[in-house]
Amino acid sequence: MELCDRSAHELLDLLRSKQVSAEEVVQSSLQRIAVVDGRPGSLESGEETDQDRRTVHAFISVAAEQALDQAKAIDQQLAKGEQVGPLAGIPFSAKDVFCVKDTYTTAASKILANFKAPYTSTAVERLQKQGAIMLGKVNMDEFTYGSSNESTAFQPCPRNPWDTSRVPGGSSGGSTSSVAAGEVPFSLGTDTAGSIRQPAAFCGVVGVKPTYGRVSRYGIIAFASSLDCPGPVTRDVTDAALMLQAIAGADPRDSTAANVPVPDYLATLEQGVKGKRIGLSPDYFQISYMDAESGEIHQKPVQEDISAAVYHAAEVLQRMGAEIIEDVPMPNTRYGIPAFFVISRVEAASNLHRYDGVKYGYRTPSAEDDLRVMYRKTRNEAFGLQPKLRILMGMYVSAAQYSEQYYNRALKVRALLRRDFDQIFDKQGKYQLDALLTPTTPTTAFPIGAIYGDSVLMQYSDQFTVTANHAGIPGLSLPGGIAADGLPIGVQLLGPDFSEHTLFSIGRALEIGTQDEVWRLQKPAVLR
Amino acid sequence: MSEEITPEIFNHLVTLAALELDDKQAAYLRRELNQQLKAIHELESIPLDVDLKITTHGVSYSLTTSPVLREDTWLPHPNPGEILAQAPQVDEQYIIVPDIPHEKLD
Repeated sequence: MELCDRSAHELLDLLRSKQVSAEEVVQSSLQRIAVVDGRPGSLESGEETDQDRRTVHAFISVAAEQALDQAKAIDQQLAKGEQVGPLAGIPFSAKDVFCVKDTYTTAASKILANFKAPYTSTAVERLQKQGAIMLGKVNMDEFTYGSSNESTAFQPCPRNPWDTSRVPGGSSGGSTSSVAAGEVPFSLGTDTAGSIRQPAAFCGVVGVKPTYGRVSRYGIIAFASSLDCPGPVTRDVTDAALMLQAIAGADPRDSTAANVPVPDYLATLEQGVKGKRIGLSPDYFQISYMDAESGEIHQKPVQEDISAAVYHAAEVLQRMGAEIIEDVPMPNTRYGIPAFFVISRVEAASNLHRYDGVKYGYRTPSAEDDLRVMYRKTRNEAFGLQPKLRILMGMYVSAAQYSEQYYNRALKVRALLRRDFDQIFDKQGKYQLDALLTPTTPTTAFPIGAIYGDSVLMQYSDQFTVTANHAGIPGLSLPGGIAADGLPIGVQLLGPDFSEHTLFSIGRALEIGTQDEVWRLQKPAVLR
Repeated sequence: MSEEITPEIFNHLVTLAALELDDKQAAYLRRELNQQLKAIHELESIPLDVDLKITTHGVSYSLTTSPVLREDTWLPHPNPGEILAQAPQVDEQYIIVPDIPHEKLD
């Protein structure tokens, strides 16, 4: 096994015992990037080649020299016996919505392609303070608007390391591709409707959407401010706990970062599931989707091998001492996507009004002598179709004459979604669950080009993840098997507010309970 | 089902959004808006209590979990030139924009 294929906690053991150097760790990651990543995404990509179709294109930019310099500095500190941070020498990638001082932070959009962040986001700053080394910025859907990464303005778009004809999911697809392909042991992503968990499931890695406010949003380019959650993408649950430990906690620079103490996630990681009450809900084993022609809502069961994987996970946890409670009603689950169509668009439109060609970012090169014409040309030339779609929808449903019908109703539906979770997690209630176990996605990764353009169908792939964003609760997606199509299956654990430690211990138990299963030996296609 | 966002409403939205679209983009975006609205209409089938309270985000913050807002104090930026350097057009320390149109109000 090469160094870059090891988890962060394994690498830390090797670094602390001086069996390897930080420079060797970073070199190993850079070599892997050179082999599997292909050319980085850019605005001037030209024709897609056969080689492009065989590589993963996770990165927009790689800071190789800077990373090697940092690694050498850490090695010198270690050689002198100086104290280093708890994550010293571990490479990571960051989705290109995280501002990092003096580096390009593009949100995968032409409108920010020339934007150099003047400050660093709290999540990145905390990782760097602990000695982690940022290897580069990874690609994503433009402004995070998508579930496949195809909407990035920086082409070629990321591809799924398990099958490069498939999408990695999104919007944190660059993060999950970079982790699954062994380019970095962990990555920072963001999750607004499932943007960490859905691509984590598609790429066979671990993804965490923390409780809203658990991780500061300071320095992250905003999508929907009441729903956005930064979080970890890793290869195992231990690394997810390690990474969340580093980035979680109150932040005076974000008034929505909750003032709630951060528990020691590693201390409770191996506590097992004995006595834990874990629920299964029939509402998470069927998908509702709209027929494009008639507008009628249809329902169908999730992909068979996905539901089988979730039931298998429940059996494993039951054998390890958990109590499985079936038929837990979650009646409002199907309304998560329609409510998201409204709330997220209103917030996105508000957040996108700041891009005007005046203060930073792109401005139309055509010489205009009217400010309003300059605004229109700038925004038209530099926003892709997905941002434009969100601006228009957000403006429509929040207009004075429609806001009661759409926006206020959607906010009330969000309250109903929250109530569903409050009832099942209530310690005096009927179900008294510690967690709900669900599929992360209704299908495995779909082919590139199969759905892109159909903005309704694309959004419905987040049906089982968006509910946690509405409710604000934490969610953990972890590998649960390999489907008949050879692609990874993700299983999801949802828990009450600030119960990440419980989700980690259940997830870790599931890893232990399935560690000898044959599917765990399978590797992504780009690594075979 | 009739289209909720007609070409007239759509054009009005485009103007308000400070966008400028070609015909192909406009056709795609108007179609997708109407499709999304069909999905959104599913929300109308849900019975809602009149007194159902809405929150600004899913997690309800209490006085103990809500961070105290920092004091609103003025601090000089260590390097304003760094911020100004991001602007597409600058003259000394002023950001330059095209003429701001003036309209005479009746």
